Amino acid sequence: MEDKQGSGDVVHSGISVRAAEIVVAVILLGLGGLVVYDSVRLGFRWVGDGPEAGYFPFYIGLFICIASLITLGQVLFGKTRGDHQVFVAWEQLKLVLSVLVPAAFFVLGIQLVGIYLAAAAYIAFFMVWLGKYNWIKSVLLGIAVSIVTFMMFEIWFKVPLFKGEFNPLSIIGY
Amino acid sequence: MEEINALFHGFSVALTPFNLLLMFIGVTLGVLIGVLPGLGGANGIAILLPLTFAMPPTSAVIMLSCIYWGALFGGAITSILFNIPGEPWSVATTFDGYPMAQQGKAGEALTTAFTSSFIGAFFAVVMITFLAPLVAKFALKFGPPEFFAVFFLTFCSFIGMGKEPPFKIVAAMMLGFALAAVGIDTVTGQLRLIFGWHELMRGFDFLIAVIGLFGIGEILLSMEEGLSFSGRTAKINMRIVIETWKKLPRFWLTSLRSCIIGCWMGITPGGATPASFMSYGIAKRMSPDGAKFGTGMAEGVIAPETAAHAAGTAALLPMISLGIPGSPTAAVLLGGLLIWGLQPGPLLFVEQKDFVWGLIASMYLGNIAGLIIVLTCVPLFAAILRVPFSIIAPVIIVICAIGAYTVHNAMLDIWLMLLFGVAGYAFKKLAYPLAPLVLALVLGDQAESAFRQAMLMSQGDVSIFFSNGLVSSIMGLGLLMLVWPFISRLKASMRKNAA
Repeated sequence: MEDKQGSGDVVHSGISVRAAEIVVAVILLGLGGLVVYDSVRLGFRWVGDGPEAGYFPFYIGLFICIASLITLGQVLFGKTRGDHQVFVAWEQLKLVLSVLVPAAFFVLGIQLVGIYLAAAAYIAFFMVWLGKYNWIKSVLLGIAVSIVTFMMFEIWFKVPLFKGEFNPLSIIGY
Repeated sequence: MEEINALFHGFSVALTPFNLLLMFIGVTLGVLIGVLPGLGGANGIAILLPLTFAMPPTSAVIMLSCIYWGALFGGAITSILFNIPGEPWSVATTFDGYPMAQQGKAGEALTTAFTSSFIGAFFAVVMITFLAPLVAKFALKFGPPEFFAVFFLTFCSFIGMGKEPPFKIVAAMMLGFALAAVGIDTVTGQLRLIFGWHELMRGFDFLIAVIGLFGIGEILLSMEEGLSFSGRTAKINMRIVIETWKKLPRFWLTSLRSCIIGCWMGITPGGATPASFMSYGIAKRMSPDGAKFGTGMAEGVIAPETAAHAAGTAALLPMISLGIPGSPTAAVLLGGLLIWGLQPGPLLFVEQKDFVWGLIASMYLGNIAGLIIVLTCVPLFAAILRVPFSIIAPVIIVICAIGAYTVHNAMLDIWLMLLFGVAGYAFKKLAYPLAPLVLALVLGDQAESAFRQAMLMSQGDVSIFFSNGLVSSIMGLGLLMLVWPFISRLKASMRKNAA
């Protein structure tokens, strides 16, 4: 580990490529295992009238397992990938999460109060939090985007979007 | 001659005022999509697909394919003015395009890029016009074993031609097949891989995967780089365009070579991105000015742009003639065919003449419309990029969420989109390719049913895939592609030992 200096001149700390590779390969291995497991349950053999339902997926699952095992082996025992490489630096991860976490809340918001209200709130929040815009401007833009979307989908194209489990828009008849 | 007649019939189908309007709307939307980070050809079309359900199929496919042309054009704008490739296939365009813009020749660079794109696309469309009917006629003789062999070849090509580690390509591809298998088995009616979760009965729709993997994944990636746009301004007027056009014929050889590389890479599912890099590399090696590449040579813009567009267009050939798409975007268009009630495959040329030839004619017209729009509206599109990322990012995520929801009107799909977004981010960073995953998800059911039918024909004997000259040569080619990474590694190590 110490003999490979100079590979990265600027040292960023973060999640290493190695760790990320292992996590992804293990997840894929697990998924492959699930596919094989369910294919065996369904039957993966050739019976009198043709292949059973699990025949094709069984091999697919098997290939996923084999491919991810090899990748895992290459990461664990191969010499090609240095431990120094950073998959994502903490600084970068913070930025990525600052998009991802609000996005998850946005989707939760859709589930509860529908796309239109959630979108207005999400855009406004994002602008204030990351863009440092003032509240009034952000809220106005959020609402404007929502209204345009509403006009486009509900009125022009007549494609109703999800209004949420509590549907606050029912008070205006939608 | 038959093709020419059919093509003129196609023009009469495509040239209605309504379709022309859709063409211009499509190209404009497409350029927008190409310019904005997080929205690209594949997911842009996926998001807009549900809006076309009510349109006649021909008009719908014209609009959607024009979005595709627009997206191909749009990628060049950000590459040249901002040094940010709007699309992966325009990465190579930044090498010489951005230096040109820095030297104050942005207008010239853009004109060169757009004209090259147009030439590349045009070459590919001419090829499609004459080759697609032949391929389709030939493919009418195909039975299930031959179709499975073509699927096999398609997927093996990803392994043989991909730059990523081969086992990662296999893993990504097989994951796509596994996701495609989720839900009701079409043959036995059994529920597969849902583990008692009945909302999964519908299976995973590839449109959701495309929106998540490409859209959300791309936003997360751009966020990481902490995007701050600082671009050059461009002026394009008629004088610059004509002066640039006067210079271009000198590079006819580079153009032609790039067209051929692009067509080849587009039909075999290598795709536009490797085509653009390959073409740039070869032009650099062959040109007398090769050493000056990277400092703002027009030739360095011509080569990747021509090849990328030729590849992007040629990817539609296997889609319309065999029902097998050559790129994720072609796959989304193919999904559209199914939704509009058309069965993709060689029969399309027999049963849906209006549709096929209308589409082919619209490729000619759409590219002309595209060239006009990009040459006249560059400042407008460049202005969009000056909207701060903190406004664009949430708006794009909202658009993606709406797109994901409208596919099946299912809330679960929005959550899945988010999950695919995270997966897309990780996959991209770890060099797991997304294109084979998406294509496997689209073609999984068809590949499986071709496989099962073939196996039924032979009562479970695998040798049916080598039972006649045609099927065994396609399978043989596929197997060669499959082992290609190992052969080339072996060759490389032998060369190293010899040296």
